[in-house]
Amino acid sequence: MKKLLLASALLTSTVLIPVSAADYIIDTKGAHASINFEASHLGFSVLAGRFNEFSGNFSYDKDNISASKVNVTIDTSSFDSNHAKRDKHVRSDDFLDVSKFAEATFVSNKVEDKGEGKLTITGTFTMHGVTKSLVIDAITIGEGKDPWGGYRAGFSGTSTITMGEFGFKKDFGKVDLILHIEGIRQ
Amino acid sequence: MIRNKLLWKNNPQQYGILSKLLHWLSALAIFALFASGYWMVDLDYSSRWYQLVPHWHESVGILLLGFTLFRLFWRRIAGSPSGIVSHSAIEKKASASMIFILYVTLFIVLISGFLITSANEKTIAVFDWFNVTPVVLAIKNQEDIAGEVHYYVAYAMIIFALVHALAALKHHFFDKDNTLKRMTKT
Repeated sequence: MKKLLLASALLTSTVLIPVSAADYIIDTKGAHASINFEASHLGFSVLAGRFNEFSGNFSYDKDNISASKVNVTIDTSSFDSNHAKRDKHVRSDDFLDVSKFAEATFVSNKVEDKGEGKLTITGTFTMHGVTKSLVIDAITIGEGKDPWGGYRAGFSGTSTITMGEFGFKKDFGKVDLILHIEGIRQ
Repeated sequence: MIRNKLLWKNNPQQYGILSKLLHWLSALAIFALFASGYWMVDLDYSSRWYQLVPHWHESVGILLLGFTLFRLFWRRIAGSPSGIVSHSAIEKKASASMIFILYVTLFIVLISGFLITSANEKTIAVFDWFNVTPVVLAIKNQEDIAGEVHYYVAYAMIIFALVHALAALKHHFFDKDNTLKRMTKT
């Protein structure tokens, strides 16, 4: 019986479904993913922006969530807050210093299933040459076949970083990260 | 008539009134722009001047661009005084090259500055007096590239301008010739 199960699992895995968590590439090409941020503007309102260029992949299996992994690399020079002079300033050595630190990365260490589609992703986030632990509260949005013959899974997540922890020359406090990630299964 | 006729155009001996005015107003504007630029980039976000001085800097810069185009046009019409006979061939060559370099670096600084502000893709208000259409090139992070050019060429231009001024003073005090007087005497 065991052998039969293993055999059938192996058989189907080669044809259709892998046994372990499936590997997905984040659909940045189709821009079905975004890394957004929100920061307070002097306490008056909220300033929003995003990183336009990034790439990444994740492994995910809804029946084995703890085996999930996610890797994202952000091109820091793609910082965009819809204001070129602010973007230039944020890319300068007052903040991101993108000529020295061209990439920011997130690598997950642990993914926990919190039930009802909620996930907690713990990982290391490196930006401006400083590595910090980062916890992302995520939710599963949808998973299934797309109309073009592919298979997709998508998530949203939020987290908060503190500028001061990353050694920027200027510090405007906390920044909320709002993440929307859609992956195409490989 | 005892009173000398006001010299508008240049003659072989000296520059006319309009050329003098254009020259000294340019000098004033260029040093004011350099000083304000040097100062404003380090202003704290909470400074009273954080928004105002860059606005003035950009406005004066755009006016100076138009002004300098007119100055070149006038230079063609009014001609230049002939070289001073006591100048050596090398001095003549050097002064002509210096004038050329000053115009070239000035245009590079003015245009690169305009391209930084242009990258915002919004019309640029000149002293809230009139608006200028931004020029957006098909290059990534135009504001960063234009910013680098603006920064380094501005320093080069100021150094050339100081050498230009020192040379004029050398001719005035050491060679005791007419070089500086052609541009000052009314």
